Amino acid sequence: MVEKEIKKGWSRNEMAQKVALDIPDGAYVNLGIGIPELVADYVPEGREVIYHTENGLLGMGPAPEKGQEDPELINAGKKNITTIKGACFFHHADSFTMIRGKHIDICVLGAFEVSEKGDLANWSTGEPDAVPAVGGAMDLVAGVKNILVITQHTTKSGKPKIVENCTYPLTGKGVVNRIYTDLAIIDITEEELVIKELAPGISFDYVQERTGAKLRMS
Amino acid sequence: MINKIVESTSEAVKDIFDGAVIMISGFGEAGSPIELIHALIDQGAKDLTVISNNTGSGHVGLAALIECKKVRKMVCSFPRTANSTVFPELYSKGEIELELVPQGTLAERIRSGGAGIPAFYTSTSVNTPLAEGKEIRVFDNTQYVMEYGIKADFSLIKCEAADRHGNLIYNKTARNFGPIMCTAGEKTIVQAKRIVELGEIDPESIVTPGIFVNSVVEVSNPADESKLVKENRRYPW
Repeated sequence: MVEKEIKKGWSRNEMAQKVALDIPDGAYVNLGIGIPELVADYVPEGREVIYHTENGLLGMGPAPEKGQEDPELINAGKKNITTIKGACFFHHADSFTMIRGKHIDICVLGAFEVSEKGDLANWSTGEPDAVPAVGGAMDLVAGVKNILVITQHTTKSGKPKIVENCTYPLTGKGVVNRIYTDLAIIDITEEELVIKELAPGISFDYVQERTGAKLRMS
Repeated sequence: MINKIVESTSEAVKDIFDGAVIMISGFGEAGSPIELIHALIDQGAKDLTVISNNTGSGHVGLAALIECKKVRKMVCSFPRTANSTVFPELYSKGEIELELVPQGTLAERIRSGGAGIPAFYTSTSVNTPLAEGKEIRVFDNTQYVMEYGIKADFSLIKCEAADRHGNLIYNKTARNFGPIMCTAGEKTIVQAKRIVELGEIDPESIVTPGIFVNSVVEVSNPADESKLVKENRRYPW
């Protein structure tokens, strides 16, 4: 019988919970599509966080109940949403003024690769036959003060996603502040990658072996 | 007397010519003027350049305009979404051009076009493939890339309510590109769910002032795009 490898580290929901703990009361936050969307479910009681969705809404609420969907009330991932009390709508130039004018405090994004210098690649795998699509990713990394990346530590085939230099086309250079993976939380400082927290039962060496750049324990 | 109301979608789009540059409002289906697009397909103008955030879904609306081979070039930020197959197929065969623009840069280029600003600098896309070949300048030790404002011969817009002066209000996140595209169209054509009397819209609440609008047509029951896609409908019907 083949021994099944036990899944180590944090689950996607636990990773989202870790991000949510680092979002302070009163923050204006933009959540990317995919795992980042889970973060909204874990903001601790008592903190008021305003979610921005770049298609034109501040004050995004949870998904509507079945039957209550409005095709003209959607988020950047084109999913049906609701509004909270105090929400407001605006056009695209205002929405991206909020982003590019550095008014949004935190953005949580997924990644194909992050480099040790904080370069992010998350919009294109560079395959020549693929239809390229960028959306608001480049605007977000250029304009939001604090860029948090949430991602599995390696690809499905086990390749490191945290690397010395990105091999995929960049979304932005030197833009990521902190990475949350299933194995660790890693800060990107001026000089190096610093592990801030390890997932339960995960050793420094275990993370280093699965990382394409040099790490240091804080 | 100023009266921008026209009686039909076909009358609204009658002046659109071959080779025109057209802005089309909408983010996904929210705010997409499907009935005006269908009237444009019927009208027959071709060789169009279309500026719109996406490329439509299924075989209706913007996707149908592309499928009918009326579009030479798309300018957009996200040309593929769920149920979007028409554009990717033509693109992979080399039968349609694409100018990919970051979403905020696209919005700002449209805003600038409408405001008479020929070009501007932004930090978005610096050090990425989308800045290649563009002028870079340094301000306060930060690199910025120069982007051009864009204008259109026509803008096709969907809104919630309009009056005969062309004052507009929108519905929720269907507002998206509407207000800025109204300013950047040489001729802005609007489909409104309701046409109301002058003064009915509170002047404090008007989102698009009528000066930016040329014609308005009432489409009181606009199609629900995702429903049409689910039913696998195809335009022309």
